[in-house]
Amino acid sequence: MILERGDFALLLDALQKTHQVIGPTIRDGAIVYDELSSATDLPIGWTDEQDGGTYRLKRRNDEALFGYVVGPQSWKRFLHVPRQRLWQATQNENGIQITPEPQATHRMAFIGIRSCELHAIAIQDNVFLHDQFTDTFYQARRENVFLVAVNCGQAGGTCFCVSMNTGPKATSGFDLALTEVLEDGQHYFVVEAGTANGQLLLNELSQRAASNEEQQKAEAISAQTATQMGRTMDTAGIKELLAQNLEHPRWDDVANRCLTCANCTMVCPTCFCTTVEDVTDLTGEHAERWRRWDSCFTMDFTYLHGGSVRASNKSRYRQWMTHKLSSWIDQFGSSGCVGCGRCITWCPVGIDITEEVRAIRGKE
Amino acid sequence: MTIQTLEPILAEHPFFKGLSQEDIALLTGCASNVVFKAGEVIRREGDAANEFYVIRQGKVALEIYTPERGQLMLQTVGAGEIFGWSWLIPPYQWRFDARAVELTRALALDGQCLRNKFEANPRLGYELLKRVAHVFAERLLATRLQLLDVYGNRS
Amino acid sequence: MVIAPEKQFINSPTDPMLPQPYRIERVRRETHDVFTLELRPANGTPVMQFAPGQFNMLYVFGTGESAISISGDPNDTNRLIHTVRAVGTVTNAMQKLKRGDCIGVRGPFGTPWPIVEAEGSDVVIVTGGIGLAPLRPVIYHVLANREKYGRFALLFGARSPRDLLFARELEQWRGHFDFNVEVTLDTASSDWRGNVGVVTTLIPRTQFDARHTVAMICGPEVMMRFTVQELMKRGLTTDQIFVTMERNMKCAVGFCGHCQYGPHFVCKDGPVFPFDRIAGLFGKREI
Repeated sequence: MILERGDFALLLDALQKTHQVIGPTIRDGAIVYDELSSATDLPIGWTDEQDGGTYRLKRRNDEALFGYVVGPQSWKRFLHVPRQRLWQATQNENGIQITPEPQATHRMAFIGIRSCELHAIAIQDNVFLHDQFTDTFYQARRENVFLVAVNCGQAGGTCFCVSMNTGPKATSGFDLALTEVLEDGQHYFVVEAGTANGQLLLNELSQRAASNEEQQKAEAISAQTATQMGRTMDTAGIKELLAQNLEHPRWDDVANRCLTCANCTMVCPTCFCTTVEDVTDLTGEHAERWRRWDSCFTMDFTYLHGGSVRASNKSRYRQWMTHKLSSWIDQFGSSGCVGCGRCITWCPVGIDITEEVRAIRGKE
Repeated sequence: MTIQTLEPILAEHPFFKGLSQEDIALLTGCASNVVFKAGEVIRREGDAANEFYVIRQGKVALEIYTPERGQLMLQTVGAGEIFGWSWLIPPYQWRFDARAVELTRALALDGQCLRNKFEANPRLGYELLKRVAHVFAERLLATRLQLLDVYGNRS
Repeated sequence: MVIAPEKQFINSPTDPMLPQPYRIERVRRETHDVFTLELRPANGTPVMQFAPGQFNMLYVFGTGESAISISGDPNDTNRLIHTVRAVGTVTNAMQKLKRGDCIGVRGPFGTPWPIVEAEGSDVVIVTGGIGLAPLRPVIYHVLANREKYGRFALLFGARSPRDLLFARELEQWRGHFDFNVEVTLDTASSDWRGNVGVVTTLIPRTQFDARHTVAMICGPEVMMRFTVQELMKRGLTTDQIFVTMERNMKCAVGFCGHCQYGPHFVCKDGPVFPFDRIAGLFGKREI
């Protein structure tokens, strides 16, 4: 189906009736995901330039709504939230009463989710929903989310979704998928429904089926984006490659550059590690447990009576990268990397995971 | 007890396992049967080391006396094991106390007798030295692990 | 989504994130830094079922949580028993709790010792220090089902006589004619009647049929490393040897990522591992 640019506001209006609508907007010189009040909050006419350790916003010479790639945040902050209270407890002469935390009930709609990000959500679903235990906090949010995907019209300097087989075209996991077309003064979206809910909404918004030509244009945009990847990674046999190279000298090399700042784990859309904080009030009668994002780059992460198991930078970088690209496959049946390139862009010293893999393969 | 009856006992002991009958016979010439009561001091630090012992039954503690902490047990050895190798190394003196923790039956092998036989039969001497070296290595490893104090509190 | 078929999920709690209040019925001082808590549900619900080797997350109100193995008899439906060494903030706070105080319990979590797989075989337990606690349920189980197992040996190493855990029970166990209990200390004065030396030195002196033996090891990693070597010298293969790994744990359900050991989450893929599953990682540093 075709949704004209002029009708785009209808999509947001329709969703806003029942959902908290979250999408891209500009803040602090970056495109971030936040609540949208209207389509004018979108980064209209802006794009981003990305490279190792570099991110800059730049004006486009058109009025594209989704003419950028991905920013520092991922959608995980709305599903696997940075801070979550797990329960509250009181203590008195009768003992301890522990009260479970109520589950989130609000419905969210994500606007502008990219194919790599859909894959990242599917990967976190495997961690929190499809293993031995279920994270009910994640589940409550995840079950109520409406996903509006956008097929990337261009690739960024640190993108490598083609290598990871996660894009650039969204193939599943969305309610609606949009391809933005700007050509010859025309501006419209080719829209595909991925679910019955998506189809219902789409029927409200658009009565015009896409022509063959329009379909082909949309396909051509995705195909062209696929040729623009700023980075590539050879993933053949990568699980074994890394598992067998835990003592490779390259880990020392990268450890000399890595600041263990944890940026890569914070921006990564699949990194899921957390820690807990147990807190009390001043009376000592009321206690709470909070869960918050943590990173395997911190020293405390592996603390075990008297010391840290992974005390060196080398072992902490190795843990992150081998988990992401190798042991994740053992644990959850897929890679933990979707090729979004955020860890490269947001690394203050520009460490490039694709380059590290090449080095370990011995192809520098 | 005649010398001949010790031969099968020697041959059965793990320390001598696999030696030829001829070698066993030669070694038996240096062996004598000994029994120590529980608590009996076998040798004291500084004593002349004229023999080593292969334990058939029981338990022997290697100990050291310290003025501050009294008599300390460093290691215990039991059936199938040996103790005492100072007979091999000048000045042939015991470096620790040896005390039977329980009733202990052993064979004592006379060091002077063995050294004479090994000078004449270096092949057998080398073979026995390898076996003693193996025991050295195991004891050294065990001692190093003891030094690690693995059950101590790190924090 | 692939779940390795060999993973065993047993006795999973209904709400794994939420501690259940238990009341302390008794505190028993074991050694100068080890104590045992006997717990019962504060709300009158039945005591949780567990398999030997599983652990709970014990919560001290306002202070925090610590992963503690269950050290009681799996057939005892009246009490939940934990033996704890006071080494950190939480366990030191736990040490100050008294009879009647409340504690939060989440669990049980983790994989069990292979007590079913070991039926018909000789069983050799090698432990050091507090490592005896997670194996005590196995000892109870084997002694209660003695006819199902072959020879049974416990080799236990401790630092000094004052660190001897479960000393009275060790004496009782030694009284069994069909249970070979050997205790060794790192140092002792001359009134000690047992062994002195590291626990690995007991292995060559122990009778078992290497072809039909299951070995279960729990202790500091370096002790387990040398124990595995010594058992393999005796002819055991890596699939006959089971070890427990210890790592930092926050959630115990595979969400927090802290306990990862190569591809394994120690909280749910362990803490008990057949050695062949982790042999490739075991000697590696800082994994």
